[in-house]
Amino acid sequence: MSGAEGQPLRLLDAEGVYRDHPDLRADFDEAQIRGLYRDMAMVRRLDTECLALARQGELAVWTPLSGQEAAQVGSARSLLPGDMAFPTYRDHGVAWCRGVPPAALLAHFRGVAHSGWDPREYRLHPYSVVVGGHALHAVGYAMGAAAQGTADAAIAYLGDGAMSQGEVNEAFVWAAARRAPVVFVCQNNQWAISEPVERQSAVPLAERARGFGFPGVRVDGNDVLACRAVVRDALARARSGHGPTLVEAVTYRMGPHTSSDDPRRYRTAEEERVWLRRDPLARLRTHLSRTDTDPEKFLASVDEDCDALARELRHACRTLPDPRPGEIWEHVYAQTHPLVAEERGWYADYLDSFEETP
Amino acid sequence: MTTTTEPSTGTTMSLSRALNTGLRAALADDPAVLVMGEDVGTLGGVFRVTDGLAAEFGSDRVMDTPLGEAGIVGTAVGMALRGLRPVCEIQFDGFVFPAFNQITTQLAHLSSRTRGAAHLPLVIRIPFGGGIGAAEHHGESPEAYFTHTPGLRVVACSTPADAHTMIRQAVACPDPVVFFEPKQLYWERGPVDTDLGSAPAMDRAVVVREGSDATLLAYGPTVRTCLDAAEADEERSLEVIDLRSLNPLDTATVAASVARTGGCVVVHEAPVFGGYGAEVAARVTEHCFDALRTPVRRVGGFCAPYPPSRLEHHYLPDLDRVLDAVDRTW
Ligand SMILES: Cc1ncc(C[n+]2csc(CCOP(=O)(O)OP(=O)(O)O)c2C)c(N)n1
Repeated sequence: MSGAEGQPLRLLDAEGVYRDHPDLRADFDEAQIRGLYRDMAMVRRLDTECLALARQGELAVWTPLSGQEAAQVGSARSLLPGDMAFPTYRDHGVAWCRGVPPAALLAHFRGVAHSGWDPREYRLHPYSVVVGGHALHAVGYAMGAAAQGTADAAIAYLGDGAMSQGEVNEAFVWAAARRAPVVFVCQNNQWAISEPVERQSAVPLAERARGFGFPGVRVDGNDVLACRAVVRDALARARSGHGPTLVEAVTYRMGPHTSSDDPRRYRTAEEERVWLRRDPLARLRTHLSRTDTDPEKFLASVDEDCDALARELRHACRTLPDPRPGEIWEHVYAQTHPLVAEERGWYADYLDSFEETP
Repeated sequence: MTTTTEPSTGTTMSLSRALNTGLRAALADDPAVLVMGEDVGTLGGVFRVTDGLAAEFGSDRVMDTPLGEAGIVGTAVGMALRGLRPVCEIQFDGFVFPAFNQITTQLAHLSSRTRGAAHLPLVIRIPFGGGIGAAEHHGESPEAYFTHTPGLRVVACSTPADAHTMIRQAVACPDPVVFFEPKQLYWERGPVDTDLGSAPAMDRAVVVREGSDATLLAYGPTVRTCLDAAEADEERSLEVIDLRSLNPLDTATVAASVARTGGCVVVHEAPVFGGYGAEVAARVTEHCFDALRTPVRRVGGFCAPYPPSRLEHHYLPDLDRVLDAVDRTW
């Protein structure tokens, strides 16, 4: 597969016009295309609702994904049930595709738990807040899967900023040296908080892969079909023992870095308008409107699903139980630990001492 | 966009602004000084500490770096070897660890390794502590990792006045300084005197409230907690010392106080076990064994990772826990 440099690989252009690409195997039927659209619409809605909940103070913070739906859904829908995903704090679309219930997703952002789901159940690691801290885990997980003789693969999600971290570069070295069945998906959303991608790299990010010894592919990250096709092939390659691939999904963070960020401090409204015209959701909708057998009915049903999701999210958020103080000491260790036991007991007594005083 | 007027003596400003003012003065005074870190340029830092500095001094002296803490500190070491005085910003406490190797094995050792030939006038600024309802890795107190490393000076400011003078003293210091800023207090306002002449030296502790019955030792965010506790305690007269410098520790000031009061409580947000308070308690015991009524009491975080924000008020030492510890000094 070509395409580390120059124009990203694409099947759907910004106007939603479909064109075959010689390097991409695109055999998606109507049901699959509908599925991808529905996923993207749902996570867009999830994002809008959660940003609103953060602005209302119901969530402590939110990390918006709007603009990156195609990259997340296209890649995560290419995973098989046995594969393991290692996401960043922005990959709610990945969490959605892995089946994590919305309430579990909110736990982190409401500050009731560091992570709200069992990673074994959904094959989704906790969100990595330390940028790049999880890349080596994906490699090691993949090495483990290979050592056990399975065809499972791992996928590591990275931002463009994360590509500068030393540990991420070590992950590339290891993955290449061990031919680990891992795919690195870098969502190049153009910004690392206030820093444009040019601060991180003098070359297109995908080009770096060649130096490490594996293929790098630039794909239009706002084209869900191309993302789906590219990541599916990269995973197949990994599974069959040919080692890692770096996929650079060229996309855009349409919203703020987090609910407390103000992008007007560092980027222009004109730039935002340019990328608004490349909205991944609008693009697939246009395509679908032209090609689907009954687009109106389908889109109406998606709208209904989105409304239901929004209601579910608001309800889930407000009814998430606050954690009990004792949870501070839960699971710090797998085995009993004397200091943990001592402190926990002391603190319970200490809290009780307040209740006794009238 | 931002004002660049120098505050006159006694101007009131936030702690964040006081740091900004101090850094601006340091940049203006010495062309060898530069500021570097993630989002410190165009954005002016996530806590606005470097607001306006890139516009004033240019993007080479107030530098938005690639996203890599090992790189920030590692290249700063190289720049220092070449004669610059870099001030590095680590965006949050929990993100200093990719730079841990550079700080502990390289930066801290180079003066010794070169028998004093290498000068490393580097400052590493780290917003630390919790209490702002932030996500995982944004509320930690990693100071003990650094106080444990010989070769590093470690300080923590707690007021706008100290923030301003201490950052300037840190930049002027010929040794590497790890500079902790209490993020809970960034927006607290207080008077700032830009005349450094009257300021205490960076490595001195300061008695911030006088008292006679017990001594509360604190730094960074817990200074406020201890002052509140002392204020709330109607029965006992509590002395509060802001340690300011963790390494070196101003043992003389601390010991003089405890020798008078006979009771001592040390308070920090970091976990108590193996925490900085353990060193303080040991030193106080060595110096004031005869004066102490009880062992030195320690109040701090628990043996657990910093909890999700809805639990942080349980984890963080508060006024009641401080007073509970004071009770146990009799
Ligand atoms: C090790 C580390 N350093 C700094 C931060 C603070 N920080 C959080 S997100 C971010 C930018 C990340 O940019 P990128 O990797 O491009 O991902 P994006 O946020 O754009 O999805 C920074 C600097 C962090 N979380 N972890």
